[in-house]
Amino acid sequence: MKKIIAALAVTVGLATPALAELTFPSLSYRTGPYAANGIPFADGYADYFTLVNERDGGIGGETINMIECETGYNTEKGVECYESTKGEGALLYQPLSTGITYQLIPRVSADGIPMHTLGYGRTSASNGKVFKWIFNYPATYWDGASVAIKYLLDENGGDLSGKKIGLVYHNSAYGKEPIRTLTELSAKHGFELLELPVDAPGQEQRSTWVQVRQQKPDYILMWGWGVMNQVAVQEAVNIRFPMENFIGIWWSGSENDVKPAGPRADGYKALNFHAAGADFAIYDDLEQYVFSTGKAAGAGDQQGTVLYNRGLYAAMIAVEAAKKAQEIHGTAAITPAQMRDGLEQLEMTDEKMTELGLDGFGPTFAASCENHGGSGKAAINQWNAETGTWEVLTDYIQSDQELIQRLVEEDSLAYAEENDIELRCQ
Amino acid sequence: MLYREAGDFKSSYAEDSQTFPIRLDRRAYVALVAVALVVVPFVVNDYWVNAVLLPLLIYAIAALGLNILTGYCGQVSLGTGGFMAVGAYGCYKLMTAFPDINIAVLVILSGLITAAVGMLFGLPSLRIKGFYLAVATLAAQFFLVWLFNRVPWFYNYSASGQISAPERTLMGFRITGPETQAWATYLFTLAFVFASAWICRNLTRGAIGRRWMAIRDMDIAAEIIGVDPLRAKLSAFGVSSFFIGVSGALFFAVYLGAVEVGEAFGIDKSFLVLFMVIIGGLGSILGSFLGAAFMVLLPVLLKNLLVGGLGWPTDLAAHLELMIVGGLIVFFLIVEPHGLAQLWRITKEKLRIWPFPH
Repeated sequence: MKKIIAALAVTVGLATPALAELTFPSLSYRTGPYAANGIPFADGYADYFTLVNERDGGIGGETINMIECETGYNTEKGVECYESTKGEGALLYQPLSTGITYQLIPRVSADGIPMHTLGYGRTSASNGKVFKWIFNYPATYWDGASVAIKYLLDENGGDLSGKKIGLVYHNSAYGKEPIRTLTELSAKHGFELLELPVDAPGQEQRSTWVQVRQQKPDYILMWGWGVMNQVAVQEAVNIRFPMENFIGIWWSGSENDVKPAGPRADGYKALNFHAAGADFAIYDDLEQYVFSTGKAAGAGDQQGTVLYNRGLYAAMIAVEAAKKAQEIHGTAAITPAQMRDGLEQLEMTDEKMTELGLDGFGPTFAASCENHGGSGKAAINQWNAETGTWEVLTDYIQSDQELIQRLVEEDSLAYAEENDIELRCQ
Repeated sequence: MLYREAGDFKSSYAEDSQTFPIRLDRRAYVALVAVALVVVPFVVNDYWVNAVLLPLLIYAIAALGLNILTGYCGQVSLGTGGFMAVGAYGCYKLMTAFPDINIAVLVILSGLITAAVGMLFGLPSLRIKGFYLAVATLAAQFFLVWLFNRVPWFYNYSASGQISAPERTLMGFRITGPETQAWATYLFTLAFVFASAWICRNLTRGAIGRRWMAIRDMDIAAEIIGVDPLRAKLSAFGVSSFFIGVSGALFFAVYLGAVEVGEAFGIDKSFLVLFMVIIGGLGSILGSFLGAAFMVLLPVLLKNLLVGGLGWPTDLAAHLELMIVGGLIVFFLIVEPHGLAQLWRITKEKLRIWPFPH
């Protein structure tokens, strides 16, 4: 009995910090209404770390210790995961949830642990002057909104006046992010913005799409996640909305989102800031060191999908930033604060991507003290239902930096004032 | 043999009607409070407070609140999540509007705001009861969540619709915001829990509690013996919502620090608190604590045991956790339909006559 109690006390309490290795927590969700999107990302994230451990023996000789913690996309569980992993020497958080990100921004800033929100989270955190510990490169939601509108401008010969654009969004912090930018853009370009919120988790969207039928928007943008994406694509198919006028953000553009709607989802478009598919040199290494040795995470059936690649990309950035940090500080066993320096001085060039076996995988960008948001480039992909692949339609489109910088400045300075934050990089 | 009334002489009315008539209970209670007050603050760390103790204490207040309404007054409510949201958003608006007022006062004020809102939504209870009332309170739940999502004034026009608790202090100690000390937030919440439980206990055994119970047991009979249903029901809604509002305010300001109404205060929350009350025991103060402990601690314990202890995959553990918690709920309700508190009551009865049962 004593032993059981002791064991319980140990398991419930804190495990002793293991600082001999580099710890990267993975706040994943493999259960719940967002699991379809959470699983491929978590698998990719884990597999990249496994690859680095197996192939290179870790980063600079230090093995990577990835601790996975299930959040279920739930903020309360996210807090539990954060608290339980931060004591183990966590170097970087990537929560893959905008809600949890908002939760963690003040906490990681107080605890001095960097957080990287790859194309999600709080957009104005791209202002490094205010958000010292938060990074959201290579692109933010506001970049996404701007790129989508730029693309539509191109399609319409540079004029969107009189057009009606619907925004179908997850009624949460995540889905509401682009509204501010889109409102500004609608005033600038003269289109009408129609807001169509969908309550979480988004299985019930009948009324939203009835509204679409009544209001007949010319284009629809979507900020959806999890089961909401699949339902929205299916509903759009049901009301025969022209799929090529339906554009999702990068979180609404995975195979899982379009496949359930079958061949009629053909033509659906989505933004992306990296490539899909398995035609990269890195997949040879993955095959050799991870897949064939049975070390793949999860069921091992997600390889080459959009979100699996995004998981790889997130882990790759974490590893590259850690390398940078080791280089700056001349030590292999880096601390979270040193990791932050690595993230801030990270530069992604074409040569580096090629070297990593990710030739042309994502846009180039360079972070700096002020800029934690990357270059803000994204490409438009289109779903080909016949071949079951995403086809890249455009080059990486640059977002309207002038407008976004202004909005970011406005929002982040308001945050700085509210929370008494002294501006950095002066 | 050890656990008995014999030899514990009561010589005044106050002693006769005390909450714990048995000396052993009294001592255990004093010891528990002493440990919670004096020992725990010195040993807790961030993990224990933020992942275990704060949710436990805050849900205990919510369960106490709902227990007054459902357990003592017999009015089924599915609006708990919505009322917690009122507390949270009330607290947020007050925190940002009056930065200089100390946080304890603001939490109480947000409780009072929630009490007013609760009484408003309690009005239908005068005409309808049972499942129909449950549906009316369900409407409150959806309406309130919709309101806080829809009207930007409630979230101070922030771009994302999130509300974040700014830093507020009490006597120089940080209670909200990111840079709090574990012990400070814990003691702050504990004080509210202690006061809530104390008030609830004394309300429910006084005249007003008897009126609630009379209405619960049979409203027509209660009316005949002179209980005014309007006042009894509305006071139950008011008191219940007050505690739920306090718990919502603490949930937002002290525990999470940033919330979003749909995610944090959805219908799930209403059900969660209702389950706590049902599993813990309807019409029992102890039951509220037991129910909250069951629903908050068990998943964390299982997670740590399966993932941390046995090293199982997180998704398998998460699914198993659902099954085990669900299975245990069914098990406990079959073994004792009146909840964990009743189980405890029976244990005590048996202990009293042990080792000579008749």
